[in-house]
Amino acid sequence: MVMPQIKDPIGHLEMRAPPNAVVARGVSKTYGDVEALKNLSLEFPKGQLTSLLGPSGCGKTTLLKIIGGLLEPTAGEIEVNGTPVKGPGPDRAFVFQDFALLPWANVLRNVAFGLELRGAAKSEREAIAEKYIAEVGLSGFEKAFPHELSGGMRQRVGLARALSVDADVLLMDEPFSAVDEQTRRKFQEDLLRLVQNENKTFIFVTHSIEEAVYVSDQIAILLPRPSRVLEIIRPAIERNKNVDNIRRDPEYLDIVDKIWAALRSYVE
Amino acid sequence: MTLFGYRLPGMSSLILWGLLWEIVGRSGMTFFIPPLSEVFLTLFEVIGTPPFLKALSETSYAFAAGVFFALVIGIPVGILMGKNRLVDELLLPWVNIFLSAPLTALVPVLMVLFGFGMRSIIITTTLFAIWIIILNARAGVMQINRSLVEMARSFGATPMVAFYKIYFWAALPEILGGVRIGVIRAVKGVIIGQLLISIVGFGALFELYANNFLMAHFWAVLVVLFALAFTVSEFLAYLERRVSYYAAKR
Ligand SMILES: Nc1ncnc2c1ncn2[C@@H]1O[C@H](COP(=O)(O)OP(=O)(O)OP(=O)(O)O)[C@@H](O)[C@H]1O
Ligand SMILES: [Mg+2]
Repeated sequence: MVMPQIKDPIGHLEMRAPPNAVVARGVSKTYGDVEALKNLSLEFPKGQLTSLLGPSGCGKTTLLKIIGGLLEPTAGEIEVNGTPVKGPGPDRAFVFQDFALLPWANVLRNVAFGLELRGAAKSEREAIAEKYIAEVGLSGFEKAFPHELSGGMRQRVGLARALSVDADVLLMDEPFSAVDEQTRRKFQEDLLRLVQNENKTFIFVTHSIEEAVYVSDQIAILLPRPSRVLEIIRPAIERNKNVDNIRRDPEYLDIVDKIWAALRSYVE
Repeated sequence: MTLFGYRLPGMSSLILWGLLWEIVGRSGMTFFIPPLSEVFLTLFEVIGTPPFLKALSETSYAFAAGVFFALVIGIPVGILMGKNRLVDELLLPWVNIFLSAPLTALVPVLMVLFGFGMRSIIITTTLFAIWIIILNARAGVMQINRSLVEMARSFGATPMVAFYKIYFWAALPEILGGVRIGVIRAVKGVIIGQLLISIVGFGALFELYANNFLMAHFWAVLVVLFALAFTVSEFLAYLERRVSYYAAKR
Protein backbone atom coordinates (compact mmCIF):
# COMPACT_ATOMS: atom_id res chain seq x y z
CA MET A 1 0.00 0.00 0.00
CA VAL A 2 1.49 3.28 -1.07
CA MET A 3 1.15 5.88 1.63
CA PRO A 4 2.38 9.42 1.70
CA GLN A 5 4.83 10.04 4.48
CA ILE A 6 3.14 10.20 7.84
CA LYS A 7 4.40 12.64 10.42
CA ASP A 8 3.62 10.97 13.68
CA PRO A 9 4.95 13.11 16.50
CA ILE A 10 4.01 10.54 19.09
CA GLY A 11 5.59 7.67 17.21
CA HIS A 12 3.90 4.69 18.81
CA LEU A 13 0.46 5.47 17.32
CA GLU A 14 1.41 3.47 14.23
CA MET A 15 1.17 0.22 16.17
CA ARG A 16 -2.37 0.52 17.41
CA ALA A 17 -3.68 2.79 14.70
CA PRO A 18 -7.46 2.50 14.47
CA PRO A 19 -8.88 0.76 11.40
CA ASN A 20 -9.73 2.97 8.48
CA ALA A 21 -13.33 4.01 7.90
CA VAL A 22 -12.64 5.32 4.43
CA VAL A 23 -9.83 4.49 2.03
CA ALA A 24 -9.17 6.23 -1.28
CA ARG A 25 -7.02 4.22 -3.68
CA GLY A 26 -5.46 5.80 -6.74
CA VAL A 27 -8.42 8.09 -7.32
CA SER A 28 -8.32 10.22 -10.47
CA LYS A 29 -10.95 12.54 -11.80
CA THR A 30 -10.97 14.52 -15.01
CA TYR A 31 -13.65 16.96 -16.07
CA GLY A 32 -13.37 17.10 -19.85
CA ASP A 33 -9.70 17.97 -20.14
CA VAL A 34 -9.37 19.44 -16.64
CA GLU A 35 -7.49 16.99 -14.47
CA ALA A 36 -8.84 17.64 -10.98
CA LEU A 37 -7.45 14.62 -9.10
CA LYS A 38 -4.60 12.41 -10.15
CA ASN A 39 -3.87 9.05 -8.57
CA LEU A 40 -4.74 10.22 -5.08
CA SER A 41 -4.52 7.76 -2.21
CA LEU A 42 -5.54 8.58 1.33
CA GLU A 43 -6.75 6.80 4.45
CA PHE A 44 -9.28 8.12 6.93
CA PRO A 45 -9.01 6.46 10.36
CA LYS A 46 -12.22 5.49 12.10
CA GLY A 47 -13.55 7.81 14.76
CA GLN A 48 -11.21 10.64 13.81
CA LEU A 49 -11.49 13.92 12.03
CA THR A 50 -9.42 14.27 8.87
CA SER A 51 -9.15 17.66 7.20
CA LEU A 52 -8.56 18.19 3.52
CA LEU A 53 -6.58 21.39 3.23
CA GLY A 54 -5.38 23.00 0.07
CA PRO A 55 -5.58 25.97 -2.25
CA SER A 56 -8.79 26.84 -4.03
CA GLY A 57 -9.59 24.66 -7.03
CA CYS A 58 -7.31 21.81 -5.98
CA GLY A 59 -10.11 19.27 -5.94
CA LYS A 60 -11.20 19.04 -2.31
CA THR A 61 -14.89 19.21 -3.14
CA THR A 62 -14.35 16.76 -5.97
CA LEU A 63 -12.75 14.23 -3.63
CA LEU A 64 -15.49 14.68 -1.05
CA LYS A 65 -18.21 14.15 -3.66
CA ILE A 66 -16.48 11.03 -4.92
CA ILE A 67 -16.37 9.68 -1.38
CA GLY A 68 -20.02 10.63 -1.00
CA GLY A 69 -20.87 8.72 -4.17
CA LEU A 70 -22.19 11.85 -5.88
CA LEU A 71 -19.43 11.73 -8.51
CA GLU A 72 -17.81 8.78 -10.24
CA PRO A 73 -14.02 8.75 -10.22
CA THR A 74 -12.38 8.40 -13.63
CA ALA A 75 -10.03 5.85 -12.12
CA GLY A 76 -9.38 4.31 -8.72
CA GLU A 77 -11.83 3.44 -6.01
CA ILE A 78 -13.15 4.38 -2.61
CA GLU A 79 -13.85 1.91 0.16
CA VAL A 80 -16.09 2.71 3.10
CA ASN A 81 -15.78 0.19 5.93
CA GLY A 82 -14.29 -2.26 3.49
CA THR A 83 -17.03 -1.98 0.86
CA PRO A 84 -16.39 -0.23 -2.46
CA VAL A 85 -18.51 2.88 -3.02
CA LYS A 86 -21.00 2.59 -5.88
CA GLY A 87 -23.12 5.62 -5.09
CA PRO A 88 -24.59 7.47 -2.14
CA GLY A 89 -25.27 5.25 0.84
CA PRO A 90 -26.64 5.33 4.37
CA ASP A 91 -23.13 4.98 5.79
CA ARG A 92 -22.26 8.55 4.71
CA ALA A 93 -23.96 11.89 5.30
CA PHE A 94 -23.16 15.30 3.84
CA VAL A 95 -23.02 18.74 5.42
CA PHE A 96 -23.11 21.36 2.69
CA GLN A 97 -21.25 24.62 2.43
CA ASP A 98 -24.42 26.48 1.43
CA PHE A 99 -26.50 24.46 3.94
CA ALA A 100 -28.81 23.02 1.22
CA LEU A 101 -31.95 23.42 3.32
CA LEU A 102 -35.43 23.15 1.84
CA PRO A 103 -36.65 26.76 1.91
CA TRP A 104 -40.29 25.60 1.91
CA ALA A 105 -39.92 23.37 4.95
CA ASN A 106 -39.52 24.25 8.60
CA VAL A 107 -36.56 23.26 10.76
CA LEU A 108 -38.18 20.07 12.00
CA ARG A 109 -38.90 18.77 8.50
CA ASN A 110 -35.48 19.84 7.26
CA VAL A 111 -33.70 17.99 10.03
CA ALA A 112 -35.91 14.96 9.49
CA PHE A 113 -35.56 15.12 5.70
CA GLY A 114 -32.66 12.67 5.49
CA LEU A 115 -34.73 10.15 7.42
CA GLU A 116 -37.79 10.99 5.34
CA LEU A 117 -35.87 10.10 2.19
CA ARG A 118 -34.75 6.89 3.83
CA GLY A 119 -38.37 5.98 4.45
CA ALA A 120 -38.63 6.41 8.23
CA ALA A 121 -42.16 6.84 9.62
CA LYS A 122 -43.17 10.41 10.43
CA SER A 123 -43.46 10.05 14.21
CA GLU A 124 -40.19 8.15 14.42
CA ARG A 125 -38.19 10.55 12.29
CA GLU A 126 -39.58 13.60 14.07
CA ALA A 127 -38.66 12.17 17.44
CA ILE A 128 -35.09 11.63 16.24
CA ALA A 129 -35.01 15.08 14.64
CA GLU A 130 -36.19 16.69 17.89
CA LYS A 131 -33.32 15.07 19.72
CA TYR A 132 -30.70 16.42 17.32
CA ILE A 133 -32.34 19.83 17.13
CA ALA A 134 -31.85 20.00 20.87
CA GLU A 135 -28.30 18.71 20.53
CA VAL A 136 -27.27 21.49 18.16
CA GLY A 137 -28.99 24.05 20.37
CA LEU A 138 -31.99 24.93 18.25
CA SER A 139 -34.78 23.89 20.60
CA GLY A 140 -37.73 26.21 20.16
CA PHE A 141 -37.00 26.80 16.48
CA GLU A 142 -38.65 23.62 15.19
CA LYS A 143 -41.37 25.57 13.42
CA ALA A 144 -39.11 28.29 12.02
CA PHE A 145 -38.28 28.44 8.34
CA PRO A 146 -34.72 28.67 7.02
CA HIS A 147 -35.14 32.28 5.86
CA GLU A 148 -35.97 33.23 9.44
CA LEU A 149 -32.65 31.89 10.73
CA SER A 150 -29.14 33.31 10.75
CA GLY A 151 -26.41 31.63 8.72
CA GLY A 152 -24.99 29.97 11.79
CA MET A 153 -28.37 28.58 12.81
CA ARG A 154 -28.96 27.30 9.29
CA GLN A 155 -25.74 25.36 9.38
CA ARG A 156 -26.80 23.89 12.71
CA VAL A 157 -29.89 22.62 10.92
CA GLY A 158 -27.68 21.13 8.21
CA LEU A 159 -25.52 19.51 10.86
CA ALA A 160 -28.52 18.12 12.75
CA ARG A 161 -29.86 16.65 9.52
CA ALA A 162 -26.58 14.88 8.85
CA LEU A 163 -26.35 13.62 12.43
CA SER A 164 -29.89 12.34 12.57
CA VAL A 165 -29.38 9.75 9.83
CA ASP A 166 -26.71 8.25 12.05
CA ALA A 167 -24.16 7.65 9.31
CA ASP A 168 -20.68 6.37 10.16
CA VAL A 169 -18.96 8.97 8.05
CA LEU A 170 -19.76 12.69 8.00
CA LEU A 171 -18.61 14.59 4.93
CA MET A 172 -18.35 18.33 5.53
CA ASP A 173 -17.53 20.70 2.68
CA GLU A 174 -16.35 23.99 4.18
CA PRO A 175 -19.31 23.88 6.52
CA PHE A 176 -18.32 27.00 8.43
CA SER A 177 -17.17 29.24 5.61
CA ALA A 178 -20.53 30.99 5.26
CA VAL A 179 -20.86 31.93 8.93
CA ASP A 180 -19.25 34.80 10.80
CA GLU A 181 -15.96 34.45 12.65
CA GLN A 182 -17.39 34.27 16.19
CA THR A 183 -19.95 31.67 15.23
CA ARG A 184 -17.25 29.80 13.41
CA ARG A 185 -15.11 29.52 16.54
CA LYS A 186 -18.07 28.27 18.50
CA PHE A 187 -18.73 25.73 15.75
CA GLN A 188 -15.15 24.53 15.88
CA GLU A 189 -15.42 23.92 19.61
CA ASP A 190 -18.71 22.10 19.13
CA LEU A 191 -17.17 20.03 16.39
CA LEU A 192 -14.35 18.90 18.69
CA ARG A 193 -16.93 17.75 21.19
CA LEU A 194 -18.88 15.93 18.49
CA VAL A 195 -15.79 14.04 17.36
CA GLN A 196 -15.19 13.02 20.95
CA ASN A 197 -18.74 12.02 21.80
CA GLU A 198 -20.15 10.60 18.60
CA ASN A 199 -18.26 7.59 17.43
CA LYS A 200 -18.11 8.86 13.86
CA THR A 201 -15.52 9.55 11.22
CA PHE A 202 -15.38 13.13 10.01
CA ILE A 203 -13.98 14.30 6.70
CA PHE A 204 -13.72 18.04 6.76
CA VAL A 205 -12.82 20.38 3.94
CA THR A 206 -11.45 23.76 4.85
CA HIS A 207 -9.45 26.67 3.50
CA SER A 208 -8.28 27.74 6.89
CA ILE A 209 -4.99 26.39 8.22
CA GLU A 210 -5.84 27.47 11.77
CA GLU A 211 -9.19 25.75 11.62
CA ALA A 212 -7.66 22.56 10.28
CA VAL A 213 -5.02 22.45 13.01
CA TYR A 214 -7.56 23.27 15.68
CA VAL A 215 -10.12 20.59 14.87
CA SER A 216 -8.20 17.80 13.14
CA ASP A 217 -6.70 14.53 14.23
CA GLN A 218 -5.11 14.32 10.81
CA ILE A 219 -4.60 16.92 8.08
CA ALA A 220 -4.07 15.96 4.45
CA ILE A 221 -2.45 18.78 2.54
CA LEU A 222 -3.43 18.69 -1.11
CA LEU A 223 -1.46 20.26 -3.93
CA PRO A 224 -2.98 22.28 -6.76
CA ARG A 225 -4.29 20.51 -9.83
CA PRO A 226 -3.88 17.72 -10.65
CA SER A 227 -4.23 17.09 -6.97
CA ARG A 228 -2.11 14.72 -4.93
CA VAL A 229 -1.46 14.52 -1.22
CA LEU A 230 1.62 16.53 -0.36
CA GLU A 231 1.82 15.58 3.27
CA ILE A 232 -0.20 14.20 6.13
CA ILE A 233 0.15 15.93 9.46
CA ARG A 234 -1.19 14.67 12.77
CA PRO A 235 -1.37 17.61 15.13
CA ALA A 236 -0.75 16.10 18.55
CA ILE A 237 -2.38 18.82 20.57
CA GLU A 238 -3.57 18.20 24.10
CA ARG A 239 -7.26 18.61 23.48
CA ASN A 240 -8.45 18.28 27.03
CA LYS A 241 -6.85 21.62 27.76
CA ASN A 242 -9.09 24.61 28.06
CA VAL A 243 -10.37 25.36 24.55
CA ASP A 244 -8.98 28.90 24.69
CA ASN A 245 -5.53 27.65 25.54
CA ILE A 246 -5.31 25.45 22.46
CA ARG A 247 -5.07 28.50 20.26
CA ARG A 248 -2.08 29.66 22.29
CA ASP A 249 -0.44 26.27 22.52
CA PRO A 250 3.10 26.44 21.05
CA GLU A 251 2.53 23.11 19.34
CA TYR A 252 -0.58 24.51 17.66
CA LEU A 253 1.27 27.61 16.45
CA ASP A 254 4.22 25.55 15.22
CA ILE A 255 2.02 23.32 13.12
CA VAL A 256 0.17 26.28 11.63
CA ASP A 257 3.54 27.78 10.64
CA LYS A 258 4.76 24.52 9.23
CA ILE A 259 1.70 24.06 7.03
CA TRP A 260 1.91 27.60 5.82
CA ALA A 261 5.57 27.08 4.94
CA ALA A 262 4.63 23.97 2.96
CA LEU A 263 1.79 25.68 1.14
CA ARG A 264 3.12 29.16 0.50
CA SER A 265 5.18 28.17 -2.51
CA TYR A 266 1.95 27.05 -4.24
CA VAL A 267 0.09 30.28 -3.59
CA GLU A 268 1.24 33.23 -5.59
CA MET B 1 -53.98 54.89 -4.01
CA THR B 2 -55.37 57.54 -1.68
CA LEU B 3 -57.90 60.26 -2.45
CA PHE B 4 -58.54 63.18 -0.07
CA GLY B 5 -56.71 61.20 2.58
CA TYR B 6 -58.84 58.06 2.18
CA ARG B 7 -57.28 54.80 1.15
CA LEU B 8 -59.15 53.56 -1.89
CA PRO B 9 -59.61 49.82 -2.18
CA GLY B 10 -57.93 48.19 -5.16
CA MET B 11 -59.70 48.49 -8.48
CA SER B 12 -61.66 51.61 -7.48
CA SER B 13 -60.91 52.98 -10.93
CA LEU B 14 -63.47 50.45 -12.18
CA ILE B 15 -66.18 52.63 -10.65
CA LEU B 16 -65.06 55.49 -12.85
CA TRP B 17 -65.11 53.37 -15.97
CA GLY B 18 -68.49 51.95 -14.96
CA LEU B 19 -69.87 55.48 -14.70
CA LEU B 20 -68.49 56.35 -18.11
CA TRP B 21 -70.12 53.24 -19.54
CA GLU B 22 -73.44 54.19 -17.98
CA ILE B 23 -73.27 57.69 -19.46
CA VAL B 24 -72.34 56.47 -22.93
CA GLY B 25 -75.11 53.86 -22.72
CA ARG B 26 -77.77 56.36 -21.66
CA SER B 27 -76.74 58.83 -24.33
CA GLY B 28 -77.90 56.22 -26.85
CA MET B 29 -74.76 56.80 -28.89
CA THR B 30 -74.69 53.24 -30.18
CA PHE B 31 -76.95 50.23 -29.81
CA PHE B 32 -73.79 48.27 -29.19
CA ILE B 33 -73.40 49.71 -25.70
CA PRO B 34 -76.49 49.59 -23.53
CA PRO B 35 -76.27 51.29 -20.10
CA LEU B 36 -74.33 49.30 -17.52
CA SER B 37 -77.33 49.25 -15.18
CA GLU B 38 -79.36 47.54 -17.87
CA VAL B 39 -76.57 45.01 -18.38
CA PHE B 40 -76.65 44.15 -14.70
CA LEU B 41 -80.44 43.90 -14.62
CA THR B 42 -80.24 41.52 -17.57
CA LEU B 43 -77.50 39.65 -15.82
CA PHE B 44 -79.70 38.89 -12.81
CA GLU B 45 -82.52 37.96 -15.12
CA VAL B 46 -80.41 35.58 -17.15
CA ILE B 47 -78.27 34.06 -14.49
CA GLY B 48 -80.68 31.48 -13.09
CA THR B 49 -82.24 30.44 -16.38
CA PRO B 50 -81.71 26.89 -17.70
CA PRO B 51 -79.96 27.99 -20.93
CA PHE B 52 -77.47 30.00 -18.91
CA LEU B 53 -76.81 27.23 -16.41
CA LYS B 54 -76.39 24.76 -19.24
CA ALA B 55 -73.91 27.06 -20.95
CA LEU B 56 -72.08 27.57 -17.68
CA SER B 57 -71.76 23.85 -16.99
CA GLU B 58 -70.69 23.06 -20.56
CA THR B 59 -68.07 25.78 -20.52
CA SER B 60 -66.82 24.93 -17.04
CA TYR B 61 -66.52 21.30 -17.99
CA ALA B 62 -64.49 22.00 -21.13
CA PHE B 63 -62.41 24.59 -19.28
CA ALA B 64 -61.69 22.36 -16.30
CA ALA B 65 -60.82 19.37 -18.46
CA GLY B 66 -58.61 21.48 -20.74
CA VAL B 67 -56.77 23.05 -17.82
CA PHE B 68 -56.45 19.68 -16.12
CA PHE B 69 -54.63 18.18 -19.10
CA ALA B 70 -52.51 21.29 -19.52
CA LEU B 71 -51.39 20.90 -15.89
CA VAL B 72 -50.77 17.16 -15.71
CA ILE B 73 -48.92 17.15 -19.02
CA GLY B 74 -47.37 20.61 -18.94
CA ILE B 75 -45.80 20.62 -15.47
CA PRO B 76 -44.00 17.26 -15.70
CA VAL B 77 -42.85 17.97 -19.27
CA GLY B 78 -41.52 21.37 -18.21
CA ILE B 79 -39.72 19.90 -15.22
CA LEU B 80 -38.24 17.17 -17.41
CA MET B 81 -37.04 19.75 -19.92
CA GLY B 82 -35.38 21.71 -17.16
CA LYS B 83 -33.68 18.59 -15.82
CA ASN B 84 -32.61 16.90 -19.00
CA ARG B 85 -30.56 18.58 -21.74
CA LEU B 86 -31.59 16.09 -24.41
CA VAL B 87 -35.32 16.39 -23.80
CA ASP B 88 -34.90 20.14 -23.69
CA GLU B 89 -33.09 20.30 -27.04
CA LEU B 90 -35.78 18.13 -28.59
CA LEU B 91 -38.83 19.95 -27.31
CA LEU B 92 -37.86 23.58 -26.77
CA PRO B 93 -38.21 24.68 -30.44
CA TRP B 94 -41.72 23.23 -30.58
CA VAL B 95 -42.77 24.80 -27.32
CA ASN B 96 -41.55 28.18 -28.51
CA ILE B 97 -43.28 27.84 -31.87
CA PHE B 98 -46.59 26.89 -30.32
CA LEU B 99 -46.32 29.55 -27.65
CA SER B 100 -46.34 32.31 -30.24
CA ALA B 101 -48.29 30.53 -32.99
CA PRO B 102 -51.78 31.78 -33.88
CA LEU B 103 -53.47 28.74 -32.38
CA THR B 104 -56.88 29.78 -33.65
CA ALA B 105 -55.68 28.84 -37.12
CA LEU B 106 -55.08 25.31 -35.89
CA VAL B 107 -58.63 24.81 -34.71
CA PRO B 108 -59.94 23.66 -38.11
CA VAL B 109 -57.18 21.05 -38.20
CA LEU B 110 -58.22 19.84 -34.76
CA MET B 111 -61.78 19.56 -35.97
CA VAL B 112 -60.67 17.31 -38.80
CA LEU B 113 -58.60 15.21 -36.42
CA PHE B 114 -60.86 15.03 -33.41
CA GLY B 115 -64.36 15.80 -34.64
CA PHE B 116 -66.82 18.51 -33.81
CA GLY B 117 -67.53 17.63 -30.21
CA MET B 118 -66.37 18.33 -26.71
CA ARG B 119 -63.10 16.54 -27.36
CA SER B 120 -61.87 19.14 -29.82
CA ILE B 121 -62.91 21.96 -27.52
CA ILE B 122 -60.98 20.44 -24.63
CA ILE B 123 -57.92 19.94 -26.79
CA THR B 124 -58.13 23.54 -27.99
CA THR B 125 -58.27 24.73 -24.39
CA THR B 126 -55.27 22.60 -23.47
CA LEU B 127 -53.32 23.88 -26.46
CA PHE B 128 -53.91 27.46 -25.44
CA ALA B 129 -52.78 26.91 -21.86
CA ILE B 130 -50.04 24.33 -21.96
CA TRP B 131 -47.04 26.05 -23.59
CA ILE B 132 -46.55 28.83 -21.08
CA ILE B 133 -47.00 26.29 -18.27
CA ILE B 134 -44.23 24.13 -19.77
CA LEU B 135 -41.90 27.10 -20.24
CA ASN B 136 -42.38 28.38 -16.72
CA ALA B 137 -41.93 24.98 -15.08
CA ARG B 138 -38.76 24.60 -17.14
CA ALA B 139 -37.47 28.02 -16.05
CA GLY B 140 -38.29 27.17 -12.45
CA VAL B 141 -36.29 23.98 -12.56
CA MET B 142 -33.34 25.59 -14.33
CA GLN B 143 -32.79 28.08 -11.52
CA ILE B 144 -32.86 25.33 -8.91
CA ASN B 145 -30.02 25.28 -6.41
CA ARG B 146 -27.77 22.38 -7.47
CA SER B 147 -26.84 21.56 -3.94
CA LEU B 148 -30.48 20.84 -3.04
CA VAL B 149 -30.47 18.15 -5.68
CA GLU B 150 -27.15 16.81 -4.45
CA MET B 151 -28.43 16.88 -0.90
CA ALA B 152 -31.44 14.76 -1.85
CA ARG B 153 -29.23 12.37 -3.78
CA SER B 154 -26.77 12.05 -0.96
CA PHE B 155 -29.58 11.02 1.38
CA GLY B 156 -30.67 8.35 -1.05
CA ALA B 157 -33.46 9.98 -3.06
CA THR B 158 -34.29 8.15 -6.28
CA PRO B 159 -34.83 10.37 -9.34
CA MET B 160 -38.59 9.91 -8.94
CA VAL B 161 -38.53 11.00 -5.30
CA ALA B 162 -36.28 13.96 -6.13
CA PHE B 163 -38.80 14.89 -8.80
CA TYR B 164 -41.70 15.45 -6.46
CA LYS B 165 -39.89 16.29 -3.23
CA ILE B 166 -37.32 18.72 -4.64
CA TYR B 167 -37.83 19.77 -8.25
CA PHE B 168 -41.57 20.37 -8.00
CA TRP B 169 -41.39 22.44 -4.84
CA ALA B 170 -38.29 24.37 -5.83
CA ALA B 171 -39.94 25.33 -9.11
CA LEU B 172 -43.38 25.96 -7.58
CA PRO B 173 -43.29 29.77 -7.61
CA GLU B 174 -42.52 29.78 -11.35
CA ILE B 175 -44.94 26.95 -12.00
CA LEU B 176 -47.78 28.87 -10.36
CA GLY B 177 -46.90 31.97 -12.36
CA GLY B 178 -47.13 29.89 -15.54
CA VAL B 179 -50.38 28.28 -14.45
CA ARG B 180 -51.93 31.67 -13.82
CA ILE B 181 -51.10 32.92 -17.31
CA GLY B 182 -52.00 29.54 -18.79
CA VAL B 183 -55.42 29.57 -17.17
CA ILE B 184 -56.15 33.01 -18.57
CA ARG B 185 -55.20 31.72 -22.00
CA ALA B 186 -57.41 28.69 -21.42
CA VAL B 187 -60.42 30.98 -21.02
CA LYS B 188 -59.61 32.35 -24.44
CA GLY B 189 -59.16 28.83 -25.77
CA VAL B 190 -62.42 27.48 -24.47
CA ILE B 191 -64.46 30.36 -25.92
CA ILE B 192 -62.73 30.20 -29.28
CA GLY B 193 -63.30 26.46 -29.28
CA GLN B 194 -66.97 26.91 -28.51
CA LEU B 195 -67.37 29.51 -31.22
CA LEU B 196 -65.48 27.72 -33.95
CA ILE B 197 -65.97 24.02 -33.31
CA SER B 198 -69.46 23.49 -32.12
CA ILE B 199 -71.74 26.16 -30.93
CA VAL B 200 -72.16 25.16 -27.29
CA GLY B 201 -71.72 26.74 -23.89
CA PHE B 202 -71.03 30.44 -23.59
CA GLY B 203 -69.93 30.42 -27.20
CA ALA B 204 -73.48 29.49 -28.19
CA LEU B 205 -74.92 32.24 -26.00
CA PHE B 206 -72.60 34.80 -27.57
CA GLU B 207 -73.66 33.68 -31.03
CA LEU B 208 -77.32 33.78 -30.13
CA TYR B 209 -77.24 37.21 -28.49
CA ALA B 210 -74.98 38.83 -31.04
CA ASN B 211 -77.03 37.56 -33.99
CA ASN B 212 -80.22 38.83 -32.40
CA PHE B 213 -78.73 42.16 -31.34
CA LEU B 214 -79.43 41.43 -27.67
CA MET B 215 -76.54 43.60 -26.58
CA ALA B 216 -77.46 43.76 -22.88
CA HIS B 217 -77.56 39.97 -22.80
CA PHE B 218 -74.31 39.78 -24.69
CA TRP B 219 -72.53 42.07 -22.25
CA ALA B 220 -74.07 40.35 -19.25
CA VAL B 221 -72.62 37.00 -20.24
CA LEU B 222 -69.30 38.66 -21.00
CA VAL B 223 -69.26 40.26 -17.56
CA VAL B 224 -69.90 36.86 -15.99
CA LEU B 225 -67.07 35.37 -17.99
CA PHE B 226 -64.66 38.15 -17.02
CA ALA B 227 -65.63 37.81 -13.40
CA LEU B 228 -65.01 34.07 -13.47
CA ALA B 229 -61.65 34.42 -15.21
CA PHE B 230 -60.66 37.17 -12.81
CA THR B 231 -61.60 35.09 -9.77
CA VAL B 232 -59.58 32.10 -10.94
CA SER B 233 -56.62 34.30 -11.73
CA GLU B 234 -56.81 36.06 -8.36
CA PHE B 235 -57.00 32.72 -6.59
CA LEU B 236 -53.82 31.61 -8.35
CA ALA B 237 -52.16 34.91 -7.54
CA TYR B 238 -53.06 34.25 -3.92
CA LEU B 239 -51.39 30.82 -4.10
CA GLU B 240 -48.36 32.47 -5.65
CA ARG B 241 -48.13 34.85 -2.71
CA ARG B 242 -48.38 31.89 -0.36
CA VAL B 243 -45.10 30.49 -1.74
CA SER B 244 -43.40 33.84 -2.31
CA TYR B 245 -41.82 33.66 1.15
CA TYR B 246 -39.32 31.23 -0.25
CA ALA B 247 -39.31 32.28 -3.89
CA ALA B 248 -36.68 34.92 -3.21
CA LYS B 249 -34.58 32.68 -0.99
CA ARG B 250 -33.81 29.55 -2.89
N1 LIG C 1 -18.47 20.17 -12.97
C1 LIG C 1 -17.22 20.57 -13.33
N2 LIG C 1 -16.90 20.71 -14.63
C2 LIG C 1 -15.66 21.10 -14.99
N3 LIG C 1 -14.67 21.38 -14.14
C3 LIG C 1 -14.92 21.27 -12.83
C4 LIG C 1 -16.22 20.87 -12.36
N4 LIG C 1 -16.19 20.85 -11.01
C5 LIG C 1 -14.94 21.22 -10.66
N5 LIG C 1 -14.18 21.47 -11.74
C6 LIG C 1 -12.77 21.87 -11.74
O1 LIG C 1 -12.04 20.93 -11.00
C7 LIG C 1 -11.12 21.57 -10.15
C8 LIG C 1 -11.35 21.13 -8.72
O2 LIG C 1 -12.59 21.65 -8.28
P1 LIG C 1 -13.10 21.50 -6.80
O3 LIG C 1 -14.41 22.18 -6.71
O4 LIG C 1 -13.03 20.09 -6.39
O5 LIG C 1 -11.99 22.34 -6.02
P2 LIG C 1 -11.96 22.75 -4.49
O6 LIG C 1 -10.65 22.33 -3.96
O7 LIG C 1 -13.17 22.29 -3.78
O8 LIG C 1 -11.96 24.32 -4.61
P3 LIG C 1 -12.53 25.39 -3.58
O9 LIG C 1 -11.57 25.43 -2.47
O10 LIG C 1 -12.53 26.67 -4.36
O11 LIG C 1 -13.89 24.94 -3.18
C9 LIG C 1 -11.30 23.06 -10.34
O12 LIG C 1 -10.27 23.52 -11.14
C10 LIG C 1 -12.62 23.19 -11.06
O13 LIG C 1 -12.52 24.24 -12.00
MG1 LIG D 1 -14.83 23.27 -2.85
